[in-house]
Amino acid sequence: MPGVGEGYVVRRGPRTLWRDARPLLSTLDIELTERCDNRCIHCCINRPQDDRVAEAGEMSTERVLAILDEAAGLGALVVRFTGGEILLRPDFAEIYLYARRLGLRVTLLTNARGLTAGLAELLAEIPPLEPVVVTAYGMRQESYEAVSRVRGAFAQFRRGIDLLTEHGVPFVVRGTLLPPTRDEMDDFEGWAAKLPGMDERPGYIYFLDLRQRRDDPAADRRIAGLRLTPEEAMAALERDPRLARSLRSLCAVQAREPSDLLFKCGIGMRPCVDAYGVLQPCLSLRDPSLTYDLATGSMREALADVFPKLREVRATDPEYLRRCARCFLAGMCDQCPAKSYAEHGSLDTPVDYFCDITQAQARFIGLLADGERPWDVTDWRERIACLKA
Amino acid sequence: MSEGLRGDGVYGPSDGIVAREIEGEIIIVPLRAGIGDLEDELYSLNETGRDVWRQLDGLRTLDEVVDALAADYDASRDEIDRDVRGLLEELLRRKIVSAAL
Repeated sequence: MPGVGEGYVVRRGPRTLWRDARPLLSTLDIELTERCDNRCIHCCINRPQDDRVAEAGEMSTERVLAILDEAAGLGALVVRFTGGEILLRPDFAEIYLYARRLGLRVTLLTNARGLTAGLAELLAEIPPLEPVVVTAYGMRQESYEAVSRVRGAFAQFRRGIDLLTEHGVPFVVRGTLLPPTRDEMDDFEGWAAKLPGMDERPGYIYFLDLRQRRDDPAADRRIAGLRLTPEEAMAALERDPRLARSLRSLCAVQAREPSDLLFKCGIGMRPCVDAYGVLQPCLSLRDPSLTYDLATGSMREALADVFPKLREVRATDPEYLRRCARCFLAGMCDQCPAKSYAEHGSLDTPVDYFCDITQAQARFIGLLADGERPWDVTDWRERIACLKA
Repeated sequence: MSEGLRGDGVYGPSDGIVAREIEGEIIIVPLRAGIGDLEDELYSLNETGRDVWRQLDGLRTLDEVVDALAADYDASRDEIDRDVRGLLEELLRRKIVSAAL
């Protein structure tokens, strides 16, 4: 028989799976709810756990299952459930099982507080095939609950971690750099290193976003006050040499010819269904003028016909054109239309915070001199070549 | 190696996996714990494997599967029988298929 050789069955990762055609959809994010049992001081999306208006607008179980069907039909291999807190949904187990029975690998983002023995058993028996991602909001009750603003949350978080560990469910933890937790990094990393499955130092949420729906100016002011300053961000780089190394690698890969194209990220390749059944081009971009209501159209149409057009949109904001469109560091800057929308309500107004952070990082690794502006640099290719060398 | 496989045996996809066909590829995704190596969780089949897989419906016997393939392939029945048994052994070892009878 033709094609016969050693190994009829080939073990592959998602990146090496496709020989010719690739499916229209690879990974889908689904936000199961915006509600959360934490009330984190820095959160860009959460709504109160008992927000009945939000709950009433959330996708029904049947709607989520239909979206999973559509995603699998389009070839998706991975679905990531995020929130809010995904375990608040009483139908979480049903949705999870449905996704797995469709042959989807599942990434779960959770604070683990709502984990039960039954759910841990389910995740052990029917594994998600991706590590569960648990965000740790502090290593002590005082710090955790200063961030989450919920009494008793720390004990529930630790119980959730214990359940995952006892049941052998693969998981990773990530931290947050906030005023109540910044002096706990050593403790956190020491604890994380002892967890099964934590082969690398844990990641952190470094640079905070404002409210993505622009729905809470008071929260925006609070979040802005919690952000790492450029000096603090540099201190984090000094603390962890691996961060500086990965920053250099990122620069070497991401430095590119400056452009006035608004999206520099392959927008629409990794879409997100929000809690109410609206398809966003990505997890963070919630500008209603760019989203697609799945109640009135198909995911296929959005991915094949609507979102690709965004990749041709060009910036018009004069300040963006003066700075970002001429900046060789744009590929490593957190500035993007989603961040502009959250900060300014437009898609191309530069976000000074991210610009300052990026310039400070570039100075740290020697790409910029003091006082130099990246949009004025003409020999950036030579600088990047030196960096690679 | 293949003495354990009976010609009148019936084999089909295990209930511990989900098989998907995407862009012409048959992709086997473990469903239950203990299938495959969880750090590397996707399996696909080579060209021969795909043709054989489509015959493993949990209804046809191994001999009937070989007969059906012999009708399509320009190869001797013995050769096809050897290949099908080789694939089946691999799939059984990985718990991707199970004996239906």
